[in-house]
Amino acid sequence: MRNFLRSYPSEAKLLVVLLILCTLLAFLTPDFLTLVNLTSLLNNNSVNVIWAVGLLVVLIAGGIDISFAVAASVVQYICVYVFAAIGGGNWAIGLIVAGGLGMSLGLINAFLIHQFRIISIVVTISTFNAFFGLLMFITSGRFLYNLPSWWSKAVYLWEKETPQGWADIRLPVAVMAVCMVATWFLIRHTTTGRQLYAFGDNPEGARRAGISIGLMQAIAFGWCGMMAGIAGLMQANITKEVVPMALIGRELDVLAAVVLGGARLGGGRGSILGCFLGVALVAVTQNGLNLLGVSPYAFKMVVGAIILLAISTSNLDLARLVTPRRKGRE
Amino acid sequence: MTSAPAIHLRHISKVFGGVKALQDVDFDVGMGEVHCLAGENGCGKSTLIKIITGVYQPEPGAEIEIFGQRYAQITPTVARKAGIAVIWQDLALFAEMTVAENIAFEAVLGNRPRRVRHAEMRRDATAALDRLGVHLDLDARLGTLPIAERQMVAIARALVGEARLIFMDEPTASLTQTETDALLSVVRTLSAQGVTVVFVSHRLAEVLEIANRVTVLRDGRLVGVYLAEGMTQTRLTELMTGKTFDQHVAAQDTAASEPVLEVQGLTRKGEFRDISFALRRGEVLGLTGLIGAGRTELAHVLFGMTRPDAGTVTLDGRPVRFRSNRDAVAAGIAYVSEDRLALGLIQPQSISDNAVLAVLKKITGGAGLLSDDRQEGLVAHWVRELGVKIGKPGDAMNTLSGGNQQKLVLAKWLATQPKVLILDCPTVGVDVGARAGIFRIVRDLAAQGLGILLISDEVTEVHFNADRILHMAGGRIVGEYDPRQTRVEELEAAVYA
Ligand SMILES: Nc1ncnc2c1ncn2[C@@H]1O[C@H](COP(=O)(O)OP(=O)(O)OP(=O)(O)O)[C@@H](O)[C@H]1O
Ligand SMILES: [Mg+2]
Repeated sequence: MRNFLRSYPSEAKLLVVLLILCTLLAFLTPDFLTLVNLTSLLNNNSVNVIWAVGLLVVLIAGGIDISFAVAASVVQYICVYVFAAIGGGNWAIGLIVAGGLGMSLGLINAFLIHQFRIISIVVTISTFNAFFGLLMFITSGRFLYNLPSWWSKAVYLWEKETPQGWADIRLPVAVMAVCMVATWFLIRHTTTGRQLYAFGDNPEGARRAGISIGLMQAIAFGWCGMMAGIAGLMQANITKEVVPMALIGRELDVLAAVVLGGARLGGGRGSILGCFLGVALVAVTQNGLNLLGVSPYAFKMVVGAIILLAISTSNLDLARLVTPRRKGRE
Repeated sequence: MTSAPAIHLRHISKVFGGVKALQDVDFDVGMGEVHCLAGENGCGKSTLIKIITGVYQPEPGAEIEIFGQRYAQITPTVARKAGIAVIWQDLALFAEMTVAENIAFEAVLGNRPRRVRHAEMRRDATAALDRLGVHLDLDARLGTLPIAERQMVAIARALVGEARLIFMDEPTASLTQTETDALLSVVRTLSAQGVTVVFVSHRLAEVLEIANRVTVLRDGRLVGVYLAEGMTQTRLTELMTGKTFDQHVAAQDTAASEPVLEVQGLTRKGEFRDISFALRRGEVLGLTGLIGAGRTELAHVLFGMTRPDAGTVTLDGRPVRFRSNRDAVAAGIAYVSEDRLALGLIQPQSISDNAVLAVLKKITGGAGLLSDDRQEGLVAHWVRELGVKIGKPGDAMNTLSGGNQQKLVLAKWLATQPKVLILDCPTVGVDVGARAGIFRIVRDLAAQGLGILLISDEVTEVHFNADRILHMAGGRIVGEYDPRQTRVEELEAAVYA
């Protein structure tokens, strides 16, 4: 317990806040703590979590990515044409194609950053505009509804009838879980993952130790792109259509959630648990406000306030409260 | 020492912009030798190490041979595979990672991506720390450790794995005597096992104690290679600087002047207890003791960074209670911190901006705008006074050599013209010539009526430069000495006992 608090201070804090919030909401509205509401929250936020874990890898490596949500849109469009060309496809092909396309877009970012030594925020703002401009230009903003049926049909993994209606868990949740586990394995248990942390923490130190900077950028942005592509595929599965500007703006929500989850702009810190909790806190807040009948226009304001609060209290040390104070210096 | 050299370098030059960091330097180190690199700040020691380890590429014409093998180009990976490990002057550690991960970082650098073996990592880290005789919490985040412990981590890291050649760039800079002794005995053991060590330090006593041979550099050029046996500190200083310095007790009787800072019964739980002393105007008061004695903690309270649990502080006869260090600065207290590279500098900013940061008010003109002329004048003044080696004032701070960065932080605080100046280990990593320069300035400041609290774990430094010495141990003041009536050996015996 004490170790957990010391290694994951922001995650622990977030968990406490989330639990308090859930308890409050459970008392305030009878609809909150129901299986139907909780599962639909999970279904609807799985895409955000997939993006979040991808972005996390970039943040750990000391970069930032603004372009991933738009990249996901690009992947969706290309996928529609690819699947039509190959005569349908299926989930396995879909995941490979979407992940691969996303990764390629991520690698473009990595290439620009490394080759021209431009900071990642500038590069990804540029690619954000380039991807979006290109998409609108080529599609003329057209919506696509003619998705292959395997893609647009909801896949139920589990369902249950409750007094409030049917509760279910759909495919995107499973994909989210796989993405979380894969990313967790990458960053915590592989040498490459630890190199990413080291590189984000102290790039010069990492360089002197012989870590290849170009490779680090490629892995971080490639991974983020791959997750973005997969998230795009899942998003279209939920909405059953492909709309060019549907995802724009989501990058900032995800970024906020990841930072809320303890990742540091500047590199070297962040965890999968934090990502999940960050997304969850934002989602539960919005859901709660919604159930309480607050105007949707207030959502963003409240979310903004939460983030400010989280960041300004990030010096509050929970570990202190359960650890006896260290006596002097050894 | 066998005949095959571990390192054989010819015609090494390195130019950074306009600065010639190294000019046609030859460097030879025998197998299993402990070889010291000596020279003033900015003479090119770290640059030479970075060239051998592939961090920088030398100018064309260089010949590099390591363990008998010629290299056209070295990269950090090639160097590591050749069995080279480095303790970097700026440590190059990872603040967000744990102590174990920092020490066993080699394990993270597998050739092919693979699973991290956590158990193995902890075992390696423990083994390395045991060799140094230190115990650190393996799971602590590195960023939470004090600077001396971080230094131990950096040293331990070089001991993991089978390094055949270890570069130590000022490994003892922030260590106390006991820790230094432990390190030196590790160096001896390594050398006995056939490991070659290249050692850099500004503490000449240490250099002469550990080295077989010393290579001296001055202004990027090779002065010569000398046997340590028979060499004296005075002679070595002369070779490094081209000048002579003599050390003598500088203490003066200041009992007559009135106190500027008085401390009565100051206590902070877990750090120090019942500290009482008076610092007089024009006095240099030395405060020495081992690490963990509570010296730095005491300084933090005096500078308003932490608050005492009991006791009073009086400044100029008026009781003061600082809520923050800003209050302390406003009241006329300046503090040059021990960890000044981390706390005192904003690295990528320009040298000139850094030097004037603490005195922005003084160089702002009538309309509150910065005056370039005044900034330039002030910077030029301090660069000259302290003998800082810089390219041009607009260069980024992190292009300076380690010791020159130290000097500038000092300049930054000296320029505030405070009433009380607290110097926490002001000469860490600073060369002999500049040390003399710093203490000359300290004397001048004292003569102008400043009270100066000089914290140092180098007993000789305090002995030669303070008017009065307080000895702290276990959070208490355990003794007071007059340097004119105490021999340095007695003082050393008391402190290092
Ligand atoms: N990356 C860099 N860019 C520009 N100048 C540099 C750079 N690195 C070093 N220098 C310059 O090269 C010279 C030699 O620096 P170096 O760090 O090798 O000195 P040093 O002998 O290690 O000094 P110290 O004892 O202070 O550590 C200095 O004048 C320094 O300002
Ligand atoms: Mg150096």
